[in-house]
Amino acid sequence: MFKNAKELLELTNTHECNISDIMVLREKEVFNRKEEDIYHRMEKSWNIMKKAAHKPLDQTLDSMGGFLHSEAKDMHTFIESGKSFCGELVDKAVLYALAVSQVNASMGLIVAAPTAGASGVLPGCFVALQETYHYSDEQMIQALYNASAIGYLTMRNANVSGAQGGCQAEVGTASAMAASAIVELMGGTAKQSMHAASHAFMNILGLICDPICGLVEVPCQTRNTIGATNALICAQMAMSGIANVVPLDDMIEVMDQVGRSLPVSLRETAMGGSAKAKHICKGCSSS
Amino acid sequence: MKEISMFDVIGPNMIGPSSSHTAGACRIAQIARRIANEKIVSVRFDLYGSFAKTYHGHGTDRALVAGMLGMNPDDERIKDSFTCASKEGLAYSFKEKHDPAFAPNTVIIHMVDQYQQTYTMRGESVGGGEVMINSINGVEVNLSGEYDTLVVKQHDAPGVIARLSSILANYGINIAFMKLYREDKGKVAYTIVEVDEHFDKTLFEELRKDRAIISVSYIPRLEWD
Repeated sequence: MFKNAKELLELTNTHECNISDIMVLREKEVFNRKEEDIYHRMEKSWNIMKKAAHKPLDQTLDSMGGFLHSEAKDMHTFIESGKSFCGELVDKAVLYALAVSQVNASMGLIVAAPTAGASGVLPGCFVALQETYHYSDEQMIQALYNASAIGYLTMRNANVSGAQGGCQAEVGTASAMAASAIVELMGGTAKQSMHAASHAFMNILGLICDPICGLVEVPCQTRNTIGATNALICAQMAMSGIANVVPLDDMIEVMDQVGRSLPVSLRETAMGGSAKAKHICKGCSSS
Repeated sequence: MKEISMFDVIGPNMIGPSSSHTAGACRIAQIARRIANEKIVSVRFDLYGSFAKTYHGHGTDRALVAGMLGMNPDDERIKDSFTCASKEGLAYSFKEKHDPAFAPNTVIIHMVDQYQQTYTMRGESVGGGEVMINSINGVEVNLSGEYDTLVVKQHDAPGVIARLSSILANYGINIAFMKLYREDKGKVAYTIVEVDEHFDKTLFEELRKDRAIISVSYIPRLEWD
């Protein structure tokens, strides 16, 4: 139905609708699914995201590899104490991104979006936005359709695997998905969604995948917070009228090429980057 | 090219931390369990490549045992699968192995059923929770688990395939892929049939009546939802 961002944009013009509507239309046509089935399935994922975002806020939750323990709880306590200084929306986006990553690393239930390693980005932004601006679940699910369109384009025309493209392919894609979705949720145009996605990719371009001890723990958890906050910033830039000079299709291609040119040591092999820092490998003994 | 659904992007719903090391491992073991027709009482997992190096931190071990118990990749009991295995009388063990010939996330699963019959299956996790089964009981195959699959063990004799496909046709089942493998000429052969429709139980009974057919295993397609 559409294979790149240009065609997607044309479809939104022809049908006079949002990116999310086109993605639902595609799902109905290509997979012969009913609209209500699509909704219920996405609703299930949305509920999992919300649950994971709130799970480790008041309790410690140890990761399997032993690097993560109480990050979300600590951030929650800090915010509750009134000492936080990033503003409510960013506070929450960071909090929930930390929380979902921690749930993931401790063998809890999450939604890969687009991957398990980047699973904190979308719920980070989305749960924060819903709680701050009181959007309905229906509106959030509609926004998830928009996000999935950007993820689809990236999976189709590039890749979303850390082993192939580094963290920019995982957290970068999640961030671009969220940025585009936030624009639609906030009442922006399809064109602005695409600019937001381009901004998000461009900001995170080149980010390596360097998991300590090869585990989805450090730096994955905090990288999810940069994915979430980057999405908020990029959505706001796009809606303020700041355009990206690189069209989304080209940006996706650029991300793919940069990923391929990253050395293997910086693509999920734990042979470079933070994974090879001098003084961290003590933690490995607990894994 | 396989079309990408919005649920391939936002999904699968899964137990973390890794789609390849956790969800994929669970699915490989789910398939292995279905190859045996009887209750499995003990299992050994030989882990290769990245599976061997990082299985503990990724919960690959727990996911494999969970899959062997029939749990789906989104089952919250996966983390406690070792306890569940003890309750259900499944003994399990893991071995770290090395063989550069195998893909990075490969596992060989050795199973023993309650009648001491043994089964072996080799599978690899290919990313995003998707898997490929490379070998069943020593016979090289290529199975994704995305179709309903019949694994037929038969005597290598003329006419078996014709009878098999005519039974399937009688049930209105369309064959997507069909492959034939044999251990030795004139002895034992395997037919692997992947089909579009779900199977009906009476179909197996009819297949098992055939004298040339030694055993029939059914692997229902793995659904993510």
